[in-house]
Amino acid sequence: MIKNIYNLGDAALYCDFGDTVNKETNLKVINYFNDIREKNITGIKNIAPSYNKLIIYFDLELTNYKKIKDTVENLDISTCESAKTKKVKIPVCFDDEFALDLERVEKKVGLGKKEIVNQLISQKYFCYMTGFIAGMPFLGDIKEKIRLDRLETPRVKVPKGSVGITEQFCNIYTFESPGGWNIIGNSPKKVFTKDPTKLTLIDPGDEVEFFEISKKEYSKFNEQK
Amino acid sequence: MSKNSFKVLRPGINTTFQDLGRDNLYHVGLPFSGAIDKRNFLIANSLITNKEDDAVLEFAYQGPLLEFSGSQTSIVITGNVNFKIIKKDTSEIKGECYRTYNLNNKDCLDIISTEKSVYGYLSVKGGFQINKFCNSYSTTVRAEVGPNDGKKIEIGQTIILNASESSIEKSLEYLNSKIEFIRVIKGTNFDYFSEDSIKDFTSKDFIVSKLTDRMGMRLSGPKIKNLKKTNIKSEGLGKGVIQVPADGDPIVMLSDHGTIGGYPKIAVVISADYDKLVQCPPGEKIKFKIISLTEAENLFKIYTMETKNIINKIR
Repeated sequence: MIKNIYNLGDAALYCDFGDTVNKETNLKVINYFNDIREKNITGIKNIAPSYNKLIIYFDLELTNYKKIKDTVENLDISTCESAKTKKVKIPVCFDDEFALDLERVEKKVGLGKKEIVNQLISQKYFCYMTGFIAGMPFLGDIKEKIRLDRLETPRVKVPKGSVGITEQFCNIYTFESPGGWNIIGNSPKKVFTKDPTKLTLIDPGDEVEFFEISKKEYSKFNEQK
Repeated sequence: MSKNSFKVLRPGINTTFQDLGRDNLYHVGLPFSGAIDKRNFLIANSLITNKEDDAVLEFAYQGPLLEFSGSQTSIVITGNVNFKIIKKDTSEIKGECYRTYNLNNKDCLDIISTEKSVYGYLSVKGGFQINKFCNSYSTTVRAEVGPNDGKKIEIGQTIILNASESSIEKSLEYLNSKIEFIRVIKGTNFDYFSEDSIKDFTSKDFIVSKLTDRMGMRLSGPKIKNLKKTNIKSEGLGKGVIQVPADGDPIVMLSDHGTIGGYPKIAVVISADYDKLVQCPPGEKIKFKIISLTEAENLFKIYTMETKNIINKIR
């Protein structure tokens, strides 16, 4: 359930689900998100779910904080079906050309390349949220053995398709962007499409698995261009 | 007969198609986008008698140089913009904002620069022949979505117009005013910051940095000191949210912002002052003032009423 509701400026509701980031809390956020979307509440323009927060933007010409807060507080979420989720497999090439921060990761976690890759591809991930840049999935939790901090100085340009890790999470850079994650590979798969009926390949709640491909397979498969 | 069109002889610095913005896609990582100065956008479409949500060309600093081909078309420019019309016979007309002009075959529209401001708008009677993406004509360059393949306008390209011929004579007396303060509401991490820093935040000048675009406005001034933690769990962001990273320099999220961020939120710019904030060019000083939610809601009502009153004065 929502622990606290605040206003974020004059046109958004900030719903806090508690401090812990785990699958259980996140699934509650996703359920609220799906339910509010389905209910088509007057004045709501946009909803941003994240690990443990839900931010609801509304049209100040049509409604206000108090009205939306009352509506959200009185939602009956127990009747809401849990999110429909899917399984997605993502090819990743870990060639040195793409593994921009491999050396740093090796040094920090004390493992060799083969072991780092194995740790990453040997399990399934849960998608907590998508965003920052269009379609970027925030996946977790990665094995403790390969967890490390962000880069001290973020890159000005992380190449499109880059696969990065930081703390308990991994992600895919759907567009070239500034960023501070440790880049260890690149996926040729288009994770953000321009098909309006299905913009993203990975949605919150989905199960994601990586599989390793060679550089040759990468070039054959490249959708990023 | 071929359609009326503009040929782009110079694209300008950041010229994009925009409308009222795109709703309901924050969760996939697409922000609202849309015309960043909503009031000037609405005035432009009203002056040219277009629909409220027709697409316009938004430009920043330097605008485009466009050559018109076809039968007569009508245009208007809003904002604080220096522009001229170069007729086919090379005579020049100095342009006035908030006044419509009719262009004839081979006339050129030279949008030279925005003056002491950042954004301006070009609205053309009938709008442009472009496609919507997810219900909106807005361009989000970073995600490559929207008209023109999600790109800025480029040199040499042709922009096709919807209307075959038009003649409009309308004008409005309007001056873009400056305000003394940018008013804000306390953010969700307001209590992360030291008392002295809060005092600085609400009393000292901040200067708009050159690292400012449609995504965000970076400010420099007194460093804002964080006493709690400089990173929070990544969460949603919105237009006008002011984040403070570890370096202590605030960043205001603007219309094309990243939808998720992990820096503490010190404050949020009120909806009524957003248009004024985005028009502050690099180097300009701004001051913040904290107000309550109720005050912000009332100021928004006034802002909306003012916009309507301005549009009603169009003759």
